[in-house]
Amino acid sequence: MKLKLALLAASMLTAAGPAAADLTFPMLSYRTGAYANNGIPFADGYHDYLTLVNERDGGIGGEKIRITECETAYNTEKGVECYESTKGEGALIYQPLSTGITYQIIPKATADGIAIHSMGYGRTSAADGKVFKWVFNYPGTYWDAASVMVKHIIDVEGGDVSGKTIALLYHNSAYGKEPIRTLEELSKKHGFKLQLLAVDHPGLEQKSQWLEIRRSRPDYVLMWGWGAMNPTAIQEAANVRYPMDHFIGVWWSGSENDVKQAGDRADGYKAVTFHGVGDDYPIYDDLKTHVTDKGLAAGAGDQLGTVLYNRGMYAAMLAVEAAKTAQEIHGTAAIDAAMMRDGMEALEITEEKMAALGLPGFGPAFSVSCADHGGPGIGMIQQWDAKAGEYTIITDQIEPDREVIGPLIEEDASAFAAEAGIEPRACE
Amino acid sequence: MFYREAGDFKTSYSDDGQTFPIAFDRWRYYAVMAVAFLVIPFLINDYWEKSILMPFLVWSTVAIGLNILTGYCGQLSLGTGGFMAVGAYASYKLMTAFPELNIFFVVLLSGGITALVGVLFGLPSMRIKGFYLAVATLAAQFFLVWLFNKVPWFYNYSASGQITAPERSVFGILVTGPNAAPWATYLFALVILTGLAWVARNLTRGRVGRSWMAIRDMDIAAEIIGVNPLATKLSAFAVSSFYIGVGGALFFSVYLGAAEVGEAFGIDKSFLVLFMIIIGGLGSIFGSFAGAAFMVLLPVLLKNVLVGGLGWPTDLAAHLQMLIVGGLIVLFLILEPHGLAQLWRIAKEKLRLWPFPH
Repeated sequence: MKLKLALLAASMLTAAGPAAADLTFPMLSYRTGAYANNGIPFADGYHDYLTLVNERDGGIGGEKIRITECETAYNTEKGVECYESTKGEGALIYQPLSTGITYQIIPKATADGIAIHSMGYGRTSAADGKVFKWVFNYPGTYWDAASVMVKHIIDVEGGDVSGKTIALLYHNSAYGKEPIRTLEELSKKHGFKLQLLAVDHPGLEQKSQWLEIRRSRPDYVLMWGWGAMNPTAIQEAANVRYPMDHFIGVWWSGSENDVKQAGDRADGYKAVTFHGVGDDYPIYDDLKTHVTDKGLAAGAGDQLGTVLYNRGMYAAMLAVEAAKTAQEIHGTAAIDAAMMRDGMEALEITEEKMAALGLPGFGPAFSVSCADHGGPGIGMIQQWDAKAGEYTIITDQIEPDREVIGPLIEEDASAFAAEAGIEPRACE
Repeated sequence: MFYREAGDFKTSYSDDGQTFPIAFDRWRYYAVMAVAFLVIPFLINDYWEKSILMPFLVWSTVAIGLNILTGYCGQLSLGTGGFMAVGAYASYKLMTAFPELNIFFVVLLSGGITALVGVLFGLPSMRIKGFYLAVATLAAQFFLVWLFNKVPWFYNYSASGQITAPERSVFGILVTGPNAAPWATYLFALVILTGLAWVARNLTRGRVGRSWMAIRDMDIAAEIIGVNPLATKLSAFAVSSFYIGVGGALFFSVYLGAAEVGEAFGIDKSFLVLFMIIIGGLGSIFGSFAGAAFMVLLPVLLKNVLVGGLGWPTDLAAHLQMLIVGGLIVLFLILEPHGLAQLWRIAKEKLRLWPFPH
């Protein structure tokens, strides 16, 4: 009996071992906890796109993709556990979808030589490729988002915001504190007054913050929220009758799950985004034939076409394109983590490429370089239409104010380099 | 048969008073120490270090700390997370302000600073008891987390409010930072834990520990027989906070390497440690280890079995894991309210008689 059990255990262990030639894409997702309402659609989109590539194209350059999912619950300790348990299996790239976990694994992944792609989140100064060799955050950073939001406000106000008050309602964590530096600089430059309102994890308790907003009536409210904080904030804004079109969320506070709870009263709520909305893209036909109709959809399969599903898909698309680039550079299909990094650094996304992938005009065209890991930072403003139940993009692509952000990134990156003892590499 | 006093002759007072009076127990203890110090360092890898052994060592340190206060001295505290934060931020400030100071002393000094803060928040224990004291320490928890979030001096004015541990070494071997070898960090934490556990075990067997227990069992009676409640309670707060502070410093600098106060040291951590000592056994050093192992290792084990072994979806496994761990806690408390330590005690009693129980 004991022998049989031992044999069974041994066979289970070997069966779980990786097939040697696969490309491993670990997924640090969260489908439980206070942030699950945002974590699920992103994880589904990421997973489905990789499944699509496997089913439709037979993998990347003939190499199948192996997805190992690990539940973090947006918790840094579990994130570390997930990182350690997946990195040994030949992980090519990490996309943890959590600024806290990103901060946590930046030093570890740098020491282990595995690339991190924190798409539009994580440490903003990682855009400085000279200091952060292994970390990428293209196509845009939090500071770009803050600048795009302020530019949009200036646009709406007819070019002048001096004397106005802009409040920042933020998640009291590394994530929420990220934009403060930039907004302080921007307030100096444009002469608006910045009001800071912190909301503690998990963000369900916001009565006092909204009382403050009702009392001081800031002209605009910007939100850096995530998970359960988003719908709560929008609900509270509706309760104090704050004008919704003066309430602008970052790209992580602009999904359907965030606004639906407040019903019609959320109509007009705005958020930044760096990619298209809706399911009106040719890729959704492919997804239907190769993934959903075959019953291979991740999760419940009910998130298709939502903002965060699209974003998860976009993240996976950028990772797959980087892997393709890496295969071209190194002339081998079986790439390792170091080659993947080279691919990410040489990544070029053009309109033609996106159109060929079935995502025409989905995101900005950009290219990554040795020094610039941050991309162009172009954003658009989307607005919630409660009657139609969908977001519509209401502006053209807005470019961030790199004059302000550039020096800030350099300052923060060099501070990190000094602290961690990193010699910035030379980039031609 | 093997586990018995018979035939083990004690010829001196110190033999008679030793921690493990039974020879078999003593040898078992030496064997555990030998495996921990001489075998595991050669087998350890990144995964075992970061996911299993470091959390176990750190949480054991913290659990011993809270067990001294709650288990031995009977003062209920919900401020553990906040005191861990004090340890973590103290070690961060010491590391960045005095780069040449050895990390070993940084950790111990952080414990010392936490002890001072603990005494400060222990002062209300003179006037209030039980649940009221729990509420007062809860205030400490929220105040400390708020403080470390609010005052930028504590995180050296970094933009994100995160603290990151710089690289520090002992005898030229890195023990903090991403490049530290797994065996080095493991041994560092193990040495500290072993030392602290040894001190704790002997403290609780001596005069100080007995006065703590006297206060716990009945404070008025203890006062009548000459135990000074002020000194006793405050010394319990100080020693307990010292352990928790050392645990917090290890948690931040050696285990995680970076931390954010709201997330890493929230109220859930206070409850986690409280569960550890309740499940492990109040007033038992072994119970602190057992409770830490139960609360830290069981979820990892379940995750590996359900997701890695059976291939279930991660969300289903995560929810089921909460159910199982929660269910087991309830089950344990119904079947054995005195915790795992009591099970161990019963097992030892049975072993003593085995194989002839009559």
